[in-house]
Amino acid sequence: MAFDSSSAPAFTLHGVRRSFGAKRVLDGVDLSVPQGQFLAIVGKSGCGKSTLLRLLAGLDRPDAGRIEIGRSGDGAGQAPGTRIMFQEPRLLPWERVEDNVAVGLTGIATGPEARARARAYLAEVGLSDRAGDWPAVLSGGQRQRVALARALVGQPGILALDEPLGALDALTRIEMQRLLERIWREKGFTAVLVTHDVAEAVVLADRVVVLEEGRIALDLAIDLPRPRRHGSAEAAALEQTILDRLLGRDG
Amino acid sequence: MTVVSTEPEAAVAVPAERPRLRLSPGAGRGLLGWALPAVTLLAWEGLARAGAISANVLPAPSAVLAAGWELALSGELARHIAASSGRALAGFAIGGGAGFAFGLANGLSARSRALTDTSLQMLRNIPHLALIPLVILWFGIGEEAKIFLVALGVFFPIYVNTLLGIQGTDPQLVEMGRIYGMGPRALFVRVILPGALPAIFTGLRYGLGIMWLTLIVAETIAAKSGLGYMAMQAREFMQLDVVVLSILIYAALGKLADSLARGLESATLSWHPAFQRPAATGRRAR
Repeated sequence: MAFDSSSAPAFTLHGVRRSFGAKRVLDGVDLSVPQGQFLAIVGKSGCGKSTLLRLLAGLDRPDAGRIEIGRSGDGAGQAPGTRIMFQEPRLLPWERVEDNVAVGLTGIATGPEARARARAYLAEVGLSDRAGDWPAVLSGGQRQRVALARALVGQPGILALDEPLGALDALTRIEMQRLLERIWREKGFTAVLVTHDVAEAVVLADRVVVLEEGRIALDLAIDLPRPRRHGSAEAAALEQTILDRLLGRDG
Repeated sequence: MTVVSTEPEAAVAVPAERPRLRLSPGAGRGLLGWALPAVTLLAWEGLARAGAISANVLPAPSAVLAAGWELALSGELARHIAASSGRALAGFAIGGGAGFAFGLANGLSARSRALTDTSLQMLRNIPHLALIPLVILWFGIGEEAKIFLVALGVFFPIYVNTLLGIQGTDPQLVEMGRIYGMGPRALFVRVILPGALPAIFTGLRYGLGIMWLTLIVAETIAAKSGLGYMAMQAREFMQLDVVVLSILIYAALGKLADSLARGLESATLSWHPAFQRPAATGRRAR
């Protein structure tokens, strides 16, 4: 397992609530995530998983409860706490790929240093040769890789992923899952992946949390050796457990 | 967009013949655009020489050219062109600058928009050329009258399109910029303004067209110099060649202004898929 559960938590949620109008989207969520863990949050549409991620990334505030973000590593103290990656790559169409990655260094590095670091992360996602291209000429998967490089170039302690692979075709998706797993194991950041794809959650995560009606309905450790493969028997059994939980109440 | 789009050609071409068409790149297509004007000029010259067109109706291109040469030698042509261009540029700078400033302010600030947009939209519906009698009463026939009219005409297309461009900013990109710690200045320079540029250029080119149109009308009605004045003087003396000459110069100046704007546009918008030449799009990924 890639994390030590005795290490300090990367972040902790204490009784977090969030409502939009009359609808209570998060209804008292308690969750503690150790540093370096890969957490997946699954749930049906509208279960509050994206809201949870936005709260974690500081894009929104809880109505009640607390979110504690731990000190990230022993870095120079300049590292940003949390970065978020969306389903859309959200690249600036008028800046070249390399400059788009350097957006992730806003307030951290500029000029040649930013350029060098951006290039290093582009190499990490396998796009060194596209540094000078416009985003418009890249494929969907390549754009999402650029967005990943941009999110990671500032070396965040936590990477929040809001269904980042949702819009990709099946094969590109598996490629991206492998890339994400490899980079996560190399860099050791804490990853929080929101997805509606149970198979994706099981193949990537150390731990899967099922959200249901704004609460945690299931908290399951995925103790499979890495790198993982799609379709192993143990993975299938875990997927079934999660799916039963997700669909059980409908039947 | 009218610029460097290969789509219509690709749509007509039979797939097997496409490589042959590709052999004549942008330059060939540019020349093709001049074929029709050239043929027209030759036919016009031929018909005039054969006597099919009376010199009292339309002088031959060679006669127009000769008149132009004569005026150029006397320095009169340069003086009129300078007077017209000066007015055009001054009016454009004032009206375009103000339109751009109001467009930015109203696009970025809801309060500013609430304050001024309704008034501006009401003013926009007054045809600016209808103000000519009023403008003559205010300013006489001096320079101010013409510059005022040009500025007024140019203001609205630039205002409306700048506002539209800024309002069309992708909120997801703005959110992204904020997440990555961009301040208001960086957000404007790196996210909002570049996104608004295509619309601003549309306004710019439209404004340039209105600029010449307004100037022609204003100079024809009340002026003591400029191309419009030259044409009206020539009419008094039945110098049809000079009248035609001034019309052609207006056309050439308009085309020049538009070409400059287009050049600027394709230089600044090279990231935009519509402005990428086939060589660049050839690398398009799977």
